[in-house]
Amino acid sequence: MKAGNLQIRPDGRLRHFLSTEGLTRELLTEILDSAESFAGVTEQSVKKVPLLRGKTIVNLFFEASTRTRTTFELAAKRLSADVLNINVNASATTKGETLLDTLRNLQAMHIDMFVVRHADSGTAHFIARHVQPHVSVINAGDGRHAHPTQAMLDMFTIRREKGADFGRLTVAIVGDMAHSRVARSQIHALNLLNTGDVRIVAPRTLIPAHVESLGVRVFHDLREGLRDADVVIMLRLQRERMLGALLPSEHEYYRLYGLTEEKLSIAKPDVTVMHPGPINRGVEMDSQVADGPQSVILQQVTYGIAVRMAVMSMAMQQNTTQEANAQT
Amino acid sequence: MSQQHDINALIEQMAAKLQHKLDIDEHTAMVGIHTGGVWIAEALHRRLGIQAPLGTLDISFYRDDFTRIGLNPQVKPSQLPFTLDDRHIILVDDVLHTGRTIRAAMNELFDYGRPASIVLATLVERSGRELPIEAGVVGLTMELGPGEHVKLCGPDPLTLEINTAS
Repeated sequence: MKAGNLQIRPDGRLRHFLSTEGLTRELLTEILDSAESFAGVTEQSVKKVPLLRGKTIVNLFFEASTRTRTTFELAAKRLSADVLNINVNASATTKGETLLDTLRNLQAMHIDMFVVRHADSGTAHFIARHVQPHVSVINAGDGRHAHPTQAMLDMFTIRREKGADFGRLTVAIVGDMAHSRVARSQIHALNLLNTGDVRIVAPRTLIPAHVESLGVRVFHDLREGLRDADVVIMLRLQRERMLGALLPSEHEYYRLYGLTEEKLSIAKPDVTVMHPGPINRGVEMDSQVADGPQSVILQQVTYGIAVRMAVMSMAMQQNTTQEANAQT
Repeated sequence: MSQQHDINALIEQMAAKLQHKLDIDEHTAMVGIHTGGVWIAEALHRRLGIQAPLGTLDISFYRDDFTRIGLNPQVKPSQLPFTLDDRHIILVDDVLHTGRTIRAAMNELFDYGRPASIVLATLVERSGRELPIEAGVVGLTMELGPGEHVKLCGPDPLTLEINTAS
């Protein structure tokens, strides 16, 4: 799915944020730099700035989420926007209203931004193609396709932990590649940032065909994949999306692909362990690792707010090529 | 075009005027606005011997033209290492022009507390005000047209760059 033109304004700035695919390294770096500025705001005693005062943002969630929805809500509130949370299980679509009708009704209330999560791939793109010109759409996860703000908060975490030179880093993404929108967005972002070695580690049943074309090295043995890694990103085993018998058992998966302290010792001594959450303890990783000194899983949640503030404020800039006028 | 001004002498005069105008005591605090205002504030803070550490503001998140010109991704964190409530604040900037920066800075200050008073000190006061804001202490006054600019370059040495309409 090509999203490039839809996401970027004619002047090169961000209009929608639907996928890390098709963006530029400059835009990703701008997101990370802006997030660094907003991280300062979220650490102050007054955690609020008036950038999006008077704007209305709708969290349109067609799929359950706690962490992503609350961090989007906090990010919007810290930018002083008004936020509506719409949980679609309990709304008019169950009465037969189509997605477009729901969208038109919300637009009639003068909404400025939609944050969309849906179980079907492509929903955020579909909405972005149908909104009014002043409305921006942020993808908060669509099916197996993309979860770009999660990928960017992961890039932000890596940059904070390892510095801005991604070229010297080895990053291993471990687990359920077949169902993971997070992994897809991470791979595009890591490649745009020129990461030295991007690896995926998973059983054959959980790796999509032709995955090498994304620019990754594939490993089926966890120990081989972890060797000398600087960063290990564990993916959640998405039991709710698994339709067939892809795994013998969770116990078997843990034995082969679960991250333990012993296996982690194969990676670099200062390895950073990440997980997008929610963790299945004892399935993807041992609690000792999840709560251990290498783990930055809770920092990822904190950084998620600053990264979402950055993406939201960048997308809300109007389409103008007007020269920046020094304000003195 | 670059005109020679002795910035250090101007700062010296500003410090003297502030001392004359205000009773500087333990309730006084100084806040500089990034970037040029912080340079001037550092010099004034040293000369006046203000006890409270120097505060700094980056008003990028408070600008009123954000949706038009966008965000500078490299915003420096604002640091106010003292409580603002009941403080007498000396707010320092390099150039007072439209007054919008000062409006934004005061909005940000009031997010942190309720100061007893705010006095504005600027190195240059130029024409072109768009808001009812005035400086209490000024180093230099300039009449400049709408197309003309004055900018403080620094931090070492501090020089004024003036671009007059050609």
